[in-house]
Amino acid sequence: MAKAANIKTLKIDGRDVSARQNETILEVARENGIFIPTLCTLKGLSNVGACRLCLVEVKGTARLQPACVTRVEEAMEVTTNSERLQGYRRAILELLFTERNHVCAVCVSNGHCELQSLAQKLEITHVHFAYRYPEAEVDASHERFIVDHNRCILCTRCVRVCEEIEGAHTWDVMGRGIDAKVITDLNEPWGSSQTCTGCGKCVHVCPTGALSEKGKSVAEMLKRRQFLPYLTQMREEDRS
Amino acid sequence: MSKLRMATVWLDGCSGCHMSFLDLDERLLLIAEKVDLVYSPLVDVKEFPLDVDLTLVEGAVSSEDDLHKIRMVRERTKTLVSLGDCAVTSNVPGMRNPFPLQAIYDRAYKENVTLDPQIPGEMVPPLLAKSRPVHEFVTVDVFIPGCPPSADTIFYALSELLEGRMPELSAKTRFGA
Ligand code: SF4
Ligand code: FES
Repeated sequence: MAKAANIKTLKIDGRDVSARQNETILEVARENGIFIPTLCTLKGLSNVGACRLCLVEVKGTARLQPACVTRVEEAMEVTTNSERLQGYRRAILELLFTERNHVCAVCVSNGHCELQSLAQKLEITHVHFAYRYPEAEVDASHERFIVDHNRCILCTRCVRVCEEIEGAHTWDVMGRGIDAKVITDLNEPWGSSQTCTGCGKCVHVCPTGALSEKGKSVAEMLKRRQFLPYLTQMREEDRS
Repeated sequence: MSKLRMATVWLDGCSGCHMSFLDLDERLLLIAEKVDLVYSPLVDVKEFPLDVDLTLVEGAVSSEDDLHKIRMVRERTKTLVSLGDCAVTSNVPGMRNPFPLQAIYDRAYKENVTLDPQIPGEMVPPLLAKSRPVHEFVTVDVFIPGCPPSADTIFYALSELLEGRMPELSAKTRFGA
């Protein structure tokens, strides 16, 4: 039970809301039905603030703050949907589309992809930046799963679920900037990984078609994410 | 009332967007009451005419011929619509882009050919280094993503445009729809 002293009050988009002191702006916004777009955060995993889609304005600071990793403070005044923020969010999403080769029409996750549906929600009908069309690998060496780097947005959900929930730490990130990519073990083929347990959690938390099960064709890869909050809830005591 | 002059153009696409347009079925008659189709792969006119009010373009810009066409179409058209993911994003035609052009030619005309393999120098327009969305070359006024956009989406967009309104498309369609 939260004691009264541990309750913070703040304003989000002009609305008075209250929060427990350890909550993030994103958690409080969601509890109050206020939409903030996100891609990298996932309930049950740690937050890393990788995608920057959740940036919000906080009165008194010139810098935008990522709502998923910013804790609420007493009397904070948060704006989640200014024109400036909308512009940045669209730009971030459009850049994600140009960075790799997301060809939605022929993707296993077509119709069930968080990148695709967020683009639609933010009313993106085309991309203003030039596409890069990089050469990216597809590793199908694993018995049951495929990683298609053309469709990876580097959210690192796979890395986090593998380390934090499965405890295997098969996934990691290699390289910097535009050369960054997710790898299995020491950048070895997934199929010969000594650490991968084959649990498939990474596949199901991946927001796009970058990780999928073999044998799935266009639009057939449905992801199940419900397991995650339960697993973390059950382990809460160990983790704290 | 004078009818609106409408055209459709087919660049590097599979013709699926045109098929989806034909899927308007009896609603084509409603459209036909309001427009003259002055140029299209569906009608027998060879030259893209002057003074077109509305042009739907299917397909990415992949060859020198596509580029020449789209520049001319843009000049002669009041409202240019990118119809479908190939026109909007380069989509499937763009999947060759990570590879060097020579590798594409070799694959298509040499590696898979047993009888007298050769790269055509005549009749077939040279490819551009990359297949790119239409709006990377000319100004586009309306974007209709989808692969292909459904007949309902096309009908909605056309109905709005014919009434002089801008269609709100993100509620109806998306990349890959
Ligand atoms: S493979 Fe999927 S889960 Fe992993 S970083 Fe890329 S998009 Fe995120
Ligand atoms: S959800 Fe906050 S940075 Fe990605």
